[in-house]
Amino acid sequence: MTFRRLAAVAATFMTLLSAPLAGAADAPKEIKIATEGAYAPWNFTNAEGKLDGLEIELANDLCARMKIKCTIVAQNWDGLIPSLTVGKFDVIMASMFITPKRLETIDFTQPYAVDPSGFAVAKNSDLGKLGISKEKFKLEDEAASKAAIEKLKPLLKGKVVGVQSGTTNLDFLKKYFADTVEIREYKTTEQHDLDLAAGRVDALFAQQTALAATLAKPEFADYTIAGPGFVGGVFGLGTGAGLRKEDKALKDMFNKAIDAAIADGTIKRISEKWVHTDVTPVK
Amino acid sequence: MIDPGFFLEIIPKLLAGLPLTLELAGTSVLLGFGLALVLALAQQGERTYAVLPIRIFVAIFRGTPLLVQIFLIYYGLGQFRPALQSVGLWWLFREPYWCAIIALTLNTGAYGSEILRGAIRNVPRGLSEAALALGLNRFRTMRLVVLPLALRQALPAYSNEIILMVKGTSLASIITLTEVTGIAQELISQTYRAIEVFIAAGAIYLILNFLIVRGLTLLEARLTPYRQR
Amino acid sequence: MLLEAAGVTLLLSVLGFFLGAVFGGLAAAGRLYSSKVPRGLASVYGTVFRGVPDLLSIYLFYYGGSIALTSIARLFGSQGFVGLPTLATGILTIGFISGAYQSEVYRGAYLAIDKGQFDAAKALALTRLQTLRLVIVPQLLRHAIPGLGNVWQLVLKDSALISVIGLVELMRQAQIGAGSTREPFLFYCAAAALYFAIAGLTDLVFNRAEANASRGIAHR
Repeated sequence: MTFRRLAAVAATFMTLLSAPLAGAADAPKEIKIATEGAYAPWNFTNAEGKLDGLEIELANDLCARMKIKCTIVAQNWDGLIPSLTVGKFDVIMASMFITPKRLETIDFTQPYAVDPSGFAVAKNSDLGKLGISKEKFKLEDEAASKAAIEKLKPLLKGKVVGVQSGTTNLDFLKKYFADTVEIREYKTTEQHDLDLAAGRVDALFAQQTALAATLAKPEFADYTIAGPGFVGGVFGLGTGAGLRKEDKALKDMFNKAIDAAIADGTIKRISEKWVHTDVTPVK
Repeated sequence: MIDPGFFLEIIPKLLAGLPLTLELAGTSVLLGFGLALVLALAQQGERTYAVLPIRIFVAIFRGTPLLVQIFLIYYGLGQFRPALQSVGLWWLFREPYWCAIIALTLNTGAYGSEILRGAIRNVPRGLSEAALALGLNRFRTMRLVVLPLALRQALPAYSNEIILMVKGTSLASIITLTEVTGIAQELISQTYRAIEVFIAAGAIYLILNFLIVRGLTLLEARLTPYRQR
Repeated sequence: MLLEAAGVTLLLSVLGFFLGAVFGGLAAAGRLYSSKVPRGLASVYGTVFRGVPDLLSIYLFYYGGSIALTSIARLFGSQGFVGLPTLATGILTIGFISGAYQSEVYRGAYLAIDKGQFDAAKALALTRLQTLRLVIVPQLLRHAIPGLGNVWQLVLKDSALISVIGLVELMRQAQIGAGSTREPFLFYCAAAALYFAIAGLTDLVFNRAEANASRGIAHR
C-alpha cells in the first residue's frame, strides 16, 4: 500500500463528505422530532420503553396545532446537534437551551420554557444546610449573581460535582466554579444520579426541575436542592426547539404554535403536571 | 465541509488524551499479563478446585461484552458502597480510573490466560520429558524450558490481544474518563462537527496500533532469530 | 423486556455477521488477487477497521453514513435528507467491522488449502467455477469455521456498543432499566447473563458445524 493510493482513497471519501447539503423543501407535512429520552421529567424512557415526559406531551400538542404528522425519536445528547445538521431528524426538543454558541450551528424557535439551574447536595453537607432557596439570579445582572456565586464557593470548596457533558450547566461550572470544585462529566443525567447515590460525587448541577424529580425518589431522601437558581448568561434565552437554519418555514410554524400554546395556558398546564411549577417563559 | 485548518486545531487537543489512553492500556496489559500467567499456570495442575473456578471466570469474561463488564463494575458495584466501605475497598471503586483498570485487567487476563494455556500445551511434550530426564524438577522445567518457548509462541496472538486492549480503552470514556475518545466527544459537543473529530481520533488510534504492531513484530523477530531468512 | 431486547441484539448480530461475510469474502478475494489496486484497497480496509476502536467506527458510520447517503442521493437528483434507521446503521457498521476480521479468516483458510487440490481439479478437467464450488469452497469453510466462531463471538459483544447510537438492544435496555429502577447491579448482571447464554448456545452451533464440516478427516 503506497501512501499515494491511501491518499487517493482518502480524497474520494472526503469529496463524498464535502458534497453540499442544501436546504430542505418548505412547509413539510411530516417531521421527525428528536429528544434525549434520559432527562426526566422533561423527556425520558418509561418502564414500557416508550418516550414520555413534558416535552413529549408538548411536542404532540404542537404537532396537532400545526396539523402535521410527527414521529418522536430518541438520540443521545452528544449526538443531537450533529445528527440534526446531517438530517437524521428535523427538530430537537430535548430541554436544550438557546445559546449564542448553539445558534452558530443551528437555529431555534422562541423559548417554550425557562427554568433555572442549581445544585443538589446531601442535606447534612455545608451547602445542604442552606436548604432550598427560591431566589433566582439572572447572570446578566452581574453584581447580584457574582455575590450569590461567591457565597456558594466556600461551601463547595474541593467537592466533586457531577454534570452532563455538552450542556450549558457544564459551561456554567467551567466559567464560575472551575477553581473551586472538581467537575466530573457524564453522558446522561441518569448516570450522574447513580453516582450521587453511590457517593462518587458530592453534588450535582442541573436544571432544578430535573433535580427535583431525581430527589423525589426514596434513595435520595437525604439529599436536597440547595442555594439559588441561575438563568440567562451562559444558559441563554431558555429552552427552545432546535432546527436547521435553512428550515425557515418550519420555524415559523413552530413559533406560531408555541405562541398559541402559551396564550391558552397549555404550557402552564403541561409543566405543572410534569415539573410541579410553571415554566412558561415571560415575554 | 472538510477543513484542514480544523484538523490542525483539534489534533493537539485529542493528543492531550493520549497519555491517559496509554496509561490505561499499559497498566491493564501489564497487570493482565501477570493475571493471565498465574491463571494459565494454575490450570497446569489437575486439581478441580483450582481449575474449575478459573474456567468459570474465564468463560464469563470471554462470554460477555467489555462494555457490560465496565458498567457492572462501575455503576453496578457502586450500589454496594456500604459493603465495600466496610471491607475498605471503596477508595478503589470510588474512582472511575481504577474501575476502568480493574475491568480492562480482568478482561485481558481472561483472554490472555487462554492464549498462554494454548501455547504451553503446544510446547512439544518431548522437551519437558527431556528436561525431567535431565533431573530438573517440575517447577524448573516449566521456568527454564516450557515457559520461554510458550511465551515466544504466544507472542503473535498476544499482540492481537494488546491491540484489542488499546481499542478497549475507548470505552473508559463512558465512565467519565477523558482519554482520546472522551476528548473527541467533548470536542463534538463544542463544535458539533462529529465526522472530522472522529476521523482525527481514529487516525490517532490507527497510528498508535500500527506502532505497537511494528514494535511487537520486531520483538518477535529478535526472539526467533532462526526463522530469519 | 430484557428478553425482547436480547432478540434485537441477536437480529443485529446475525445480520451484521452475514453482511460481514459478504464484505469479508470480497476483501479476502481482493487480497488474494494478483493486481495491486484491489489488494491495496482490501488491505487498507482490513487495517483501518481492525486498528480503530469499534466505538469510533460506530460513531463515524452513524454520522458519516447519512451524509454520504444524502450526497449520493443528491447526485441522482433527490431532494432532502436521507437517513438510515438506527437498526440498519447498526447492522451496516457491524458488517463492516466484522468483515475486516472475517477477511483475515477466509484468507488464512484459502492459503491452508493444499496446492495439490488445484492441480487435481485441473487434472479432472473441472472448469474454474466447478473447481471453486466443488473443491475449494467446501474445504475453505472447513478451515474457516473455527476462526468464524471467534469472529461471531466478537460480533455479539460488539453489538453492545451499538447502544451508544440509541438503538434499544440488550445493553441499552439494561441501561434504561438501571436508570429508572436504580438497580444497576441487577440489570447489568441480567444483561451479562443473557449475553453469556447467547454466546454459549451459539458456540454449540459452531461446534456442530465444525464437526459436520470435518467429517471424514482424520483427527490427530
